Amino acid sequence: MSSIEERVKKIVAEQLGVKEDEVKAEASFVEDLGADSLDTVELVMALEEEFETEIPDEEAEKITTVQLAIDYINANLA
Amino acid sequence: MMNLDDKVALVTGASRGIGAAIAQQLGAAGAVVIGTATSEKGAAAITENIQSAGHKGCGMVLNVTEPESVAALLKRVNDEYGVPVILVNNAGITKDNLLMRMSDEEWFDVINTNLSAVYRLSKAVLRGMMKARWGRIINVGSVVGSMGNAGQANYAATKAGVAGFARSLAAEVGSRGITVNTVAPGFIDTDMTKVLPEEQKVDLLNRIPLGRLGKPEEIAAVVGFLACDAGGYVSGETIQVNGGMYMG
Repeated sequence: MSSIEERVKKIVAEQLGVKEDEVKAEASFVEDLGADSLDTVELVMALEEEFETEIPDEEAEKITTVQLAIDYINANLA
Repeated sequence: MMNLDDKVALVTGASRGIGAAIAQQLGAAGAVVIGTATSEKGAAAITENIQSAGHKGCGMVLNVTEPESVAALLKRVNDEYGVPVILVNNAGITKDNLLMRMSDEEWFDVINTNLSAVYRLSKAVLRGMMKARWGRIINVGSVVGSMGNAGQANYAATKAGVAGFARSLAAEVGSRGITVNTVAPGFIDTDMTKVLPEEQKVDLLNRIPLGRLGKPEEIAAVVGFLACDAGGYVSGETIQVNGGMYMG
């Protein structure tokens, strides 16, 4: 079983079409990884499915970096 | 050309008139059609209409003004048929009155059923369409949304509204293979226009170059075109189907 961090990074790489080694913890989806606003919506959808949870819209808007995604999953799922 | 290959299509307000014709058209093109009505009786009639024509799908109950009803319908469609990738926002009502006499109820009922429901349904189906990288949202507007019509400020506002909604959403989700359009019927021979006073009908016919009311099937044919691959490059558009009474 991979760690939450690995799973999050794998999904980010798949959704945004970037290499996994570019997906650094501090990377911003929009500024560093080239996502547009719709990409970030889809990314949250993919995270919801991977971790079988629902992320409310007001929380989803705050998830703007890889680390924030990992933190959210850790805080709400562990 | 018209092959929808078992794609799941959701048509609101499908028990009669234009909606019933759209359900038949999409069914004939090979879609699995879920038509909605506000009553069990209406839903049963839709099931009968679809299945007796040899098409796939059924009728289901939906109140487009209630978020809970929309959520319950989507869950049932997903469980029984799969994710809808074609949505036809057809359900609509009129509550005509001169603005000076229009009640809040007449205003908000029409806004809620004709416009807010388009927001509700479209939002509910978008996730599935984005994942599928293919989708069609088709709003049924009205010539009145472009021309205006005395006594229909509420209705005209909603029909202009759904066209603007379609243009905006088309810009948002086009990159995911989803098109969003509006088909704007003129005066079509349905229960909605049967209630018009005779003198207004005569006056209307004088303003329609083709000299007759339209048939529901003539609207459904355009919706079918937009749903199929043949219409795949049309997005954000309002197609007027009105016998020439208004040329946009």
